[in-house]
Parts: sequence; C-alpha cells; structure tokens
Amino acid sequence: MTDPITRPSIRNLEPIHSRSDTRDVLSHATKQAAKSYDDYFIVDIDAHVSEDQFWSEVLELVDNDVWRQIGQDQNRGFGGNNALLNITPGLSQQSVGGRIGHQGRREPVEGVEGHPFVISARRGMDALGLDYQVVFPSAMLLLGMHPQDEVEVALARAFNRWMTEVTLPQDDRLKGMIYLPYNTPEACEEMVERFGADDNIIGFTVCSTRNNAIHSDVYMKLYAMIEETGKPLAFHSGYHWGDPSFAQLNRFLSMHALSFTHYNQIHVTNWLINAMPERFPKLKMVWVESGLAWIPFLMQRLDHEVLLRPSEAPGLKRLPSEYMKEMFYTTQPMERTNMKLLQATMESFNSETQLLYSSDWPHWDWDAPSTITELPFLSEQAKRNILGLNAARVFNLDTTRKKPAAAQVLQDRPGVS
Amino acid sequence: MNDGSPLAPETMPDIVQPETATGPALQDVAIARLEDLQEKERIVVDIDGKEVGVYFLNGEVRAWVNMCPHQGGPVCQGKIMPRTLQLVREGMKSGGLGFSETERHIVCPWHGMEFDILTGRHPSNQEVRLRGVPVRVVDGEVVVSV
Repeated sequence: MTDPITRPSIRNLEPIHSRSDTRDVLSHATKQAAKSYDDYFIVDIDAHVSEDQFWSEVLELVDNDVWRQIGQDQNRGFGGNNALLNITPGLSQQSVGGRIGHQGRREPVEGVEGHPFVISARRGMDALGLDYQVVFPSAMLLLGMHPQDEVEVALARAFNRWMTEVTLPQDDRLKGMIYLPYNTPEACEEMVERFGADDNIIGFTVCSTRNNAIHSDVYMKLYAMIEETGKPLAFHSGYHWGDPSFAQLNRFLSMHALSFTHYNQIHVTNWLINAMPERFPKLKMVWVESGLAWIPFLMQRLDHEVLLRPSEAPGLKRLPSEYMKEMFYTTQPMERTNMKLLQATMESFNSETQLLYSSDWPHWDWDAPSTITELPFLSEQAKRNILGLNAARVFNLDTTRKKPAAAQVLQDRPGVS
Repeated sequence: MNDGSPLAPETMPDIVQPETATGPALQDVAIARLEDLQEKERIVVDIDGKEVGVYFLNGEVRAWVNMCPHQGGPVCQGKIMPRTLQLVREGMKSGGLGFSETERHIVCPWHGMEFDILTGRHPSNQEVRLRGVPVRVVDGEVVVSV
C-alpha cells in the first residue's frame, strides 16, 4: 500500500424517511437552486403539503351540526384522518410499499412559531427555491365521486375556511385556489361569492375526477361569475380505481398513468365541442396534473373529428387545437424520456406562454424546478416564463423576489447530518 | 472497484452530473471499518461536499455517488429493498409478485427509482445507472477515492 490514506472530517448522512425535515429531504434541490436558478422568479401552481394530519381542524369548521358530529366521531374512531372522505386507504399505494416516504409525512416542528402546516410549506418553498406556492387538499381530490353531495359541500365550506382563515394568512408566499363542490352548482356559486375577493385566493379549482358534464347549463352562472372575478378556473385531475374502465388494471402504476390524463381529456373535449370558449372568452382555463403528452394527442384527435363532423360542433369558429393553445397547463408529471417528443409537445401548445410549473410536492411523482431548467431545447426566457412569469401573468402575482437565497437556506441547514 | 460511465442523454436527459465526474485528482478517504459497514449494510457520507453511499452485499463492497440520475435526488439515503420479481408458474401463468432472495435494490427516496446494489443499474433500463465511486478495502478499512 503506497497511496497515503487521509482521514478528513466526514459527515454522516442519515436515511431519509417520513419524519425527516423537509429541508433535509430537499437539500439536493436547494443545491440545484443555488447552482442553476436562484435568481429565477418561481411559482409552484400545484402543491399539497400534507393537510391530512390537520383534518380534525377542518372537521371543527364543518358548519352543519350533524355532519360535524359524524365527522368528529369518525375522526376519533376508525375513520381517523379520512373521516367523511371517500378515499380508500387500502388502494392508496402511492408510497410503493413505503419506498417513497414524503407523502403524508410528519416532520418535527416543535419550537418553531406558526401553524405546523405553514412551517412545513415554508420549508418546502425555501428548499425548492419558490417565491409562491399554491396548496391544494390531497384528501379532497376524489370528493367528486363521493355519493353524498352534501358531504362534499360541507367539507368544501370547512376546508375553504381553514385555508383562508388559518393557514394562508400566516405566509404571504402561500396562495390558495378555492375548492368548488362541483356536484352542487349553487354551492359553487356561494363559494365564489364568499371567497372570490380574498387576496390570498388566486383562483378556483374543480377536482376532475367526477362524472359531471362540464358543459351542462347548470354551470353557466358559475362560469360567468368566475369570469367576472378575472381569476382562473382550474381542473385538477386525479385517479379513481373504481371507474369501470380502470377496474381492468391490476397495478396502481397502470391505473395512475391512465386516469390522470383520462379525466381532463374528457373535460377538455366537452368544453371544446360545446364551444364553451366562445361563450366565456375571458375565462382562463388551467388544466392541472395531467402531464403534457396528452395535449398534442387530443389536439390532433379533436381537430380530425371536427374537420369531418362540423355539424356536431357547430359553435366552434376555429379548430379545437387553436382554442387549446389559449388554455394553460401545469407541468407535472412531465414526461421526459424522449426529448424530441417533449420538445414537439411543448411547441404544440405554445408552452413558452401557456405552461405553468407545478411541483405536486410532496406527492410521490413530484417534479423539482430543475426539470425545467435542465431541458436542453428551451430558451432562457422560456424557462423563466414556465417557472414563474407565466403564472405571474395568469394569477396577477407580484414578481418581486420573495424567497431567501438558496445559499442561505443551505447554510442554515445543510442537509441530514 | 467500479466506475460508472455517463448515462445515455436521450434516455435520462435531466440528469444532474455529479461533481466527482470531472475535477482534480482523486483523494483516498477511509470512511469506515469494514465490520461496521457489514453490520449496517449501507453508510452514506459527505466528504467535503462530495456525497457517497457505500454498500456491503454478499461479500462485495460498492460505492455510488449519492445522486439519482432521474432528478438528482439523494438516492443512497432511501430504503434498501429486495428486488421485486414477477413469478411465473406452469403454463406461463402468473405466480404473482415475489421478493428476490439475493438481489437488493437501492431506492431513491425522492421518487422511488430503484438500482441494483452491486451493478448500480435500473432493473428495467440498464442504461439508467448510478455513477460509481472507486472503493477498496485496505487493512480492514473501507477506502473511497473522491
């Protein structure tokens, strides 16, 4: 043995698990920020934190005495943090048998001032280099399939109150989109009236996993009201293994891959073929969490069919793809195993002006901002637009820097040690 | 010793290249006693900003850069799991899922991407792989070159 063996100071890096501090889990992303995008203005249009551990706080705000009592009773018993919800825990296999621990995570927040939800969210924003983050309730993504419409309404009212009264006021970088209980149109209108002017509310969300025809006349007043606010209407996709088509699929992977694109394809198709953009030309539509690959597919399919059967889409004055180029889409989960296909996809819908970065943190298939900065075919301006400037325009956000320097975040907490 | 080569860029374009890919001459660093590594199976260390995961399996020692080729996550700080197998029984019928008794996987905690501990390769795409760090055992000490 001739080589000298030195013994420098070595820092052990501990395993990352469901109770790790968000800043430790994301320290590599903070390093990416310090290296590549610290001076970018970044808005994350879709994140979830983990509101399930605060579900009892939401249940307290249910305004109907009976449903509040039922919810709180379930919360204390077998229902736990799924009280009143229709998610199926045994089919919620997002963590791949515990391999991915950050969804539903519980990190230590003792000794830090503020609501634990806000503390976790702030840590995530700092670590990812975000100026703003829009948070949305994970557990309510399937509520559109709840058989009891009144439960969806009760939980929507309670969650929207919890968001606007408890969490959002604690950090100006956190923004919210109102949950619309879409199975009850009149209740949606009530939500727009009640919360639409809140400064921390930058838009309205319909959870796409449902069987409502979005061109139904029952929604025309709602769309007019939202259009009047100037704030966007987002459709957040999701999954539902109980859908008869997806019941054929035997793996979570298969069902997840198809269902997240499925529901938004149906809604976009109905929106276009019924010429809704002609009726609500100023209503900004945002399609969330379906990735990107479905967009050029649907453009081509609908253009082809409308060319052949114009009598079935008589309200359209242009081809469907032209309207789709005026809609907005969020990035995650961005398909990127083939750069040529991704480049063509992004060109198909003018991503430079229409695409909005979303992390989906802390869900299992989240995307870091580096997924955009590392793309070889995008211009510097396109990257800045997608990561934040497009969102600033769509959601009317101040582009003044809000986040701490990435180097400071790393210095304050350099990672698991 | 093992030393990974760059990934196919068309396959995993968003790879974040580790700092150790290029740079000054390598430095030998003793990071643990071999018996400690055998007991723990995996030790992850930060050596002057260079993060390395060192593994012991079936009498072999491997070291990998703590950076996932997917999005740059801390791949070595996730779980270690047996490889999942699709079992097939007589008549090409499914035997269901099963765990390998010999192959173990490094699982990235960010998104769950999996790599064989000994080869550093992804089970479904051999081109997707971890970057190796030279490692050897000297007088009972596990020594990495970073």
